[in-house]
Amino acid sequence: MKRRDFLKSASGLAASAMVPAPAIWSPAKADARSETLLIVSEGGPNNLDIHGVGTNVPGYEVSWNCYDRLIAHEMKSGPGGVPYYDRDRFKGELADDMNVGDMSVTFKLKKNAKFHDGAPVTAKDVKWSLDRAVSVGGFPTFQMSAGSLTKPEQFVIVDDSTVRVDFATKDRLTIPDLAVIVPCVVNSELVKKNASEKDPWGLEYTKQQTAGSGAYKVTKWTAGTEVIMERNDAWVGGPMPKIKRVIWRMVPQAGNRRALLERGDADISYELPFKDFQEMKANGKLDVVSLPFSNGIQYIGMNVTKPPFDNLKVRQAVAYAIPYQKIMDAVLFGLANPMFGAPKDKPTEVAWPQPHKYFTDIEKAKALLAEAGYPNGFETTISFDLNFAGVNEPLCVLVQESLAQIGIKTTINKVPGANWRTELNKKEMPLFTNVFSGWLDYPEYFFYWCYHGNNSVFNTMSYKSPEMDRFIDGARKAAAIGDTAAYDTDVKGFVDLAFAEVPRIPLYQPFVNVAMQKNISGYQYWFHRRLDYRAMAKG
Amino acid sequence: MLTMIGKRLMFAIPSLIGVVIVTFLLTRALPGDPAAYFAGPAATKEAVEQIRKKLGLDRPLIEQFFRYTNDLAHGDFGNSLTTGQPVAAELRNRLPASAELTLLGLLVSIAIAIPLGVLAATRPGSWIDHLCRVTTTAGVSLPVFFTGLVLVYIFYFQLGWSPAPLGRLDVFYSAPPTVTGFYLIDTLIARDFEAFRSALSQLILPATTLAIFSLAPIARMTRASMLAVLSSDFVRTARASGLSPGTVIVTYAFRNAMLPVITTLSMVFSFLLGANVLVEKVFAWPGIGSYAVEALISSDFAPVQGFVLTMAVMYVLLNLVIDILYGVIDPRVRLEG
Repeated sequence: MKRRDFLKSASGLAASAMVPAPAIWSPAKADARSETLLIVSEGGPNNLDIHGVGTNVPGYEVSWNCYDRLIAHEMKSGPGGVPYYDRDRFKGELADDMNVGDMSVTFKLKKNAKFHDGAPVTAKDVKWSLDRAVSVGGFPTFQMSAGSLTKPEQFVIVDDSTVRVDFATKDRLTIPDLAVIVPCVVNSELVKKNASEKDPWGLEYTKQQTAGSGAYKVTKWTAGTEVIMERNDAWVGGPMPKIKRVIWRMVPQAGNRRALLERGDADISYELPFKDFQEMKANGKLDVVSLPFSNGIQYIGMNVTKPPFDNLKVRQAVAYAIPYQKIMDAVLFGLANPMFGAPKDKPTEVAWPQPHKYFTDIEKAKALLAEAGYPNGFETTISFDLNFAGVNEPLCVLVQESLAQIGIKTTINKVPGANWRTELNKKEMPLFTNVFSGWLDYPEYFFYWCYHGNNSVFNTMSYKSPEMDRFIDGARKAAAIGDTAAYDTDVKGFVDLAFAEVPRIPLYQPFVNVAMQKNISGYQYWFHRRLDYRAMAKG
Repeated sequence: MLTMIGKRLMFAIPSLIGVVIVTFLLTRALPGDPAAYFAGPAATKEAVEQIRKKLGLDRPLIEQFFRYTNDLAHGDFGNSLTTGQPVAAELRNRLPASAELTLLGLLVSIAIAIPLGVLAATRPGSWIDHLCRVTTTAGVSLPVFFTGLVLVYIFYFQLGWSPAPLGRLDVFYSAPPTVTGFYLIDTLIARDFEAFRSALSQLILPATTLAIFSLAPIARMTRASMLAVLSSDFVRTARASGLSPGTVIVTYAFRNAMLPVITTLSMVFSFLLGANVLVEKVFAWPGIGSYAVEALISSDFAPVQGFVLTMAVMYVLLNLVIDILYGVIDPRVRLEG
């Protein structure tokens, strides 16, 4: 081919590429499309195994869909009729039968359950996996301990298809904790073959590939670009999923994700700005699901160990100076549940989250501040996590403006995401906004992490009160032995105390927003807030 | 020639050593604690310490540095914590994506900017001169992500001519077997013309975005240097000798005006390669720019160090190529060199 001819044909090709053929797919391609789910999101997994070092939240989604647990939650009808996981009802996933005794629970495994490589799932695998979860350290071990699952000795092989989990103490969170993402069952023989002396749990191997028995398996993963998952046709954990193939692409630009959805090229997306969700809801071309985070609250926290926020009156003054409604309207576009301004005479409920009784009242705030001995206000800084700047930044600006009206001058301190946890751990920031949500949806679980005197990282205010600890410990004990009356008193006690002392000011319960094409059905809300492909269908 | 190349490479060694030291120190000076970041949201202090130990960050700085250089000498760039992959492999996979995009963008840009600059210089003050000025000013003053978003909005969202901005290939095509890493070439080698078309149509918008941005320096430099050459004595002589305007401009003037243009090109190329992060973000392009930025945000040392080192090596090589090109275009440079 001569150079000139080549150039001609190349430019011809370029021209034809500019106007791609109309969307007529060859029949095979059209089929592939109708059985393929195309997800676009901002971030992707950094590790396919939730037991790995520093696995990020997108990695949880892979684990959830590619591994099975002994048990999972049943579904109930949630807000707006969307299926919502039922906190109190469980069904077997790998287990056929669950038998709860006084100090242990026994699981019978499904006989025909197989791993992706065809090996049968045995009690040995279950024990090895649970041992792994409590031994590898970091997040998985921490999550297991939340349900008092801490020692390998607690997991006992009864026979080839029966496993017993012994309780360390009576704890009503133990069984729910076996249904979270972490206690997934891993193909122990396969992973052991690929483990090394330095890496006895084979974390390096499972980081790159899935070795489970779940409904999907990862066939291709290019970090930061895409994950491709294929259905496991031998899955026995539940009804056969309708989606054959899942393509999950990372599209960093939010505007483009919206364009992809509106053009019909992508099937489903999340992590879009609230404004986009609100507009998409309004124009009705797509289905937008907005559901409250279970057991989650965005709040303003104050460090109670240092002046001026060690003074209750100052904290109350701030609580009366927060522009709650403005935050709801201008920052969240209404996509959140308000957690403020409950009527004065409303009795405290045995539930969490529930709204407190503070509301915006600048005069009252000024008076309280004067009573506290700061008639002219003071100066402080308000910090937030830049990773969630989309919400945090406008929120802090509104709070700054409002606090200025009562004389509190604030400087905004933007903390890079990589640094946020270090800063939280130091417990030195005087004023900040943050969000906490618990996987396990129980009031005492939330309070144990956020208000208890053992001062966990989530007790960001360093709040310590013996009275509070008594209520929280009391509620945990009462829940374990099923003493409802004592439990109700204690829950009401710690909620009332948290509102009276306001070390942190709850603002709202955030929503998880998911936008999808009209032909996509079967979205389910899970405590982890990621997608469950197994129930989804297209067309 | 070979001695010159050898000499140039020798000169590059101290700067590379400098780059290794500086990037190492800079990444350690970054705010943020990778151990706390990777320990996860619910980590206790002990868990953070466990992770710190695992990552080797509890050792003295000097020991960390020697371990790092030792690994480098063995071709090991370390592991990225955010993506969980070896940095060397990731850079190898991502560099061709960036290079393909940048080269194509630069080619488009040259194809427009050089004729435009030459025409503007031969007819100063005419409409074509004004056109040159307006397009280049507009191109350079629009931020790349903005141009990119506008192009996506018009050609994808409104008109539907362009494919979805989803990276290098349509979702339903599979990547060709890697030979060069350039999809345009690899698809042709694999004789997969459908995939070639897909790869090309994915490239058009991002390449145009880059081209628009890089028009200005090339066109302006061509114009300025052509103007200088056109007013020089030898051009006057050539014209007086009755040579055709085409011969004067192309053979005599343009060749002499090339040197500064080539220098500008090399700068624009290296700049585009590293700085097209925004274009990569807009078009979900799996290039090295977005990789490095993501790593930086999460205090992930290894990829940042690997990226800076790769870029340094690229700069050295690029400078070498430019110097050789100088010699080809202008024999005088060769003599002096």
